[in-house]
Amino acid sequence: MPLSTQSQADDEQYVLVASMDNARNLSNILKAITFKDQAIFSATPNGLKVTVEDSKCLQANAFIQAEIFQEFTIKEDLVGFQVNLTVLLDCLSIFGGSTVPGVSTALRMCYKGYGYPLTLFLEEGGVVTVCKINTQEPEEPIDFEFCSNNVTNKVILLSESLKEAFSELDMTSEVLQITMSPSQPYFRLSTFGNSGNAHYDYPKDSEMMELFKCTKTQTNRYKMSLLKPSTKALALSCKVSVRTDIRGFLSLQYLVRNDDGQICFVEYYCCPDEEVEEE
Amino acid sequence: MKFRGKIVDVACLNHVTRVISTISKLTKTCVLRLTADNLFFVLSGKVANGGVSMWCELSQANVFDEYQMEGVSSEDNEICLEVTPENLSRALKTVQNAKAVKVKLTKKHCPCLTIAAELPTLSSISRVVTHDVPVDVIPRRLWHEFKEPSMPDFDVSVYLPPLKTMKNVVDRMKNLSNFLVIEANLSGEMNLKIETDLVSVTTHFKDLGNPLWGDDASQDGGPSPSRDPEAMAQARVDIRKLQQFLMGQQVNPSKAMCNIVHERVVHLILLHEDVSLQYFIPAVA
Repeated sequence: MPLSTQSQADDEQYVLVASMDNARNLSNILKAITFKDQAIFSATPNGLKVTVEDSKCLQANAFIQAEIFQEFTIKEDLVGFQVNLTVLLDCLSIFGGSTVPGVSTALRMCYKGYGYPLTLFLEEGGVVTVCKINTQEPEEPIDFEFCSNNVTNKVILLSESLKEAFSELDMTSEVLQITMSPSQPYFRLSTFGNSGNAHYDYPKDSEMMELFKCTKTQTNRYKMSLLKPSTKALALSCKVSVRTDIRGFLSLQYLVRNDDGQICFVEYYCCPDEEVEEE
Repeated sequence: MKFRGKIVDVACLNHVTRVISTISKLTKTCVLRLTADNLFFVLSGKVANGGVSMWCELSQANVFDEYQMEGVSSEDNEICLEVTPENLSRALKTVQNAKAVKVKLTKKHCPCLTIAAELPTLSSISRVVTHDVPVDVIPRRLWHEFKEPSMPDFDVSVYLPPLKTMKNVVDRMKNLSNFLVIEANLSGEMNLKIETDLVSVTTHFKDLGNPLWGDDASQDGGPSPSRDPEAMAQARVDIRKLQQFLMGQQVNPSKAMCNIVHERVVHLILLHEDVSLQYFIPAVA
């Protein structure tokens, strides 16, 4: 059943059909949010949003716009389902994870609607694999109520600079403390681990700092274990925006370029660690 | 019982080392049969190894420059040893640089295959390396367990797809399921399928070609001429057994085939130069 000869009639029954010449453009970005097995898929005419949550305190979203796909056909305003993300990733890389230049796996993802499995048609070198992954009713993703109006502090940094800091972070520290301020130290990451306290400062006029808009001095702590998965997104990205709102909620937005140079976004929302008092 | 062999050609040494290395990935222990013309590595299917059996055959003339073998008796002119291929492989790997390698059946504290070689060093004095690899002599009364397997009465015979592609797919499928179904038909199609509560995955290979076994096969009861070419013969196997077979293959064989006896056994045959390797994986319910 080669992808190209799938009949028109088959397509009629699907509420969602999304095709990609290179399945890695989907699997790479999904790897950036795979810290739990279950993922909520929400498809709209704008594209695909994949959500993974952890203990109601952390949410990661990957956005793949319709334009990234070679074909993106949706028959409803919103198509939602839940699947096992680890199984999906194993299916997307069924022909092996190696990156031989010029060889890629073509993907056609199809969904008939509630109660039906997510069907993937994958093709590489003339060999076709068909996967049917069972779906579940999607849980409602948490609304962190993070809106631009309530943002107190925002910086945009080149990922390069944060990658170094995150790779050196003292993981024995239970929390990562983020200080943002219109005055010194401007943007500071702190850890309190077995080796002592460590601070990483980013001055507002640093060449790594693309944007600096801080209105109020804020210090917030976030559980290290919750933020750790975000390093995968950081590794893929070229730029990251860090925002906090009046409640101390954190939004990290990553700009990711795929194999073909197209842009996708990954965002992480995280609640502040309860035990700390706001300054 | 006497055995002495000398390997002088580096290509022959590489050849036999590679074969033994492949065998070592398929099984921890096996039987080595030495006859006047051939070396056979045999694993007979027992419950302990999940019923998997293996038969590997190569001609001694393509390995040894000098070969002296005196079997148990003149009527039974062969030697049967139980060996650990990993030990042989390791020993052979250390002497790849040697000008000549001698292999001898010896008796130290127990029967051994002694591998001895002179290795070149920076000075003019050579370094002699000797490995005594312990083996067990298999008594004649048990030899019947290690006979060449007869070609099974298969329903379908098909050429395998590129082993690397098969291995990649099987590796991923192993993450999803413990069992895999192999099916193939006489139109050169083969499918690998897994099915669990969470997911079902089928990989379709086409245009593989079907080997023609000729008159011998039809005497053994090969595929009947009236068989529907589209009809699939299938067998459900433990995925680890198939994965193990695929992991061991280091060289692209010149011929790779698969015979399926519907719901009974998968018979894999690899041919490369003068070496033939057969591997039998029993079907599970």
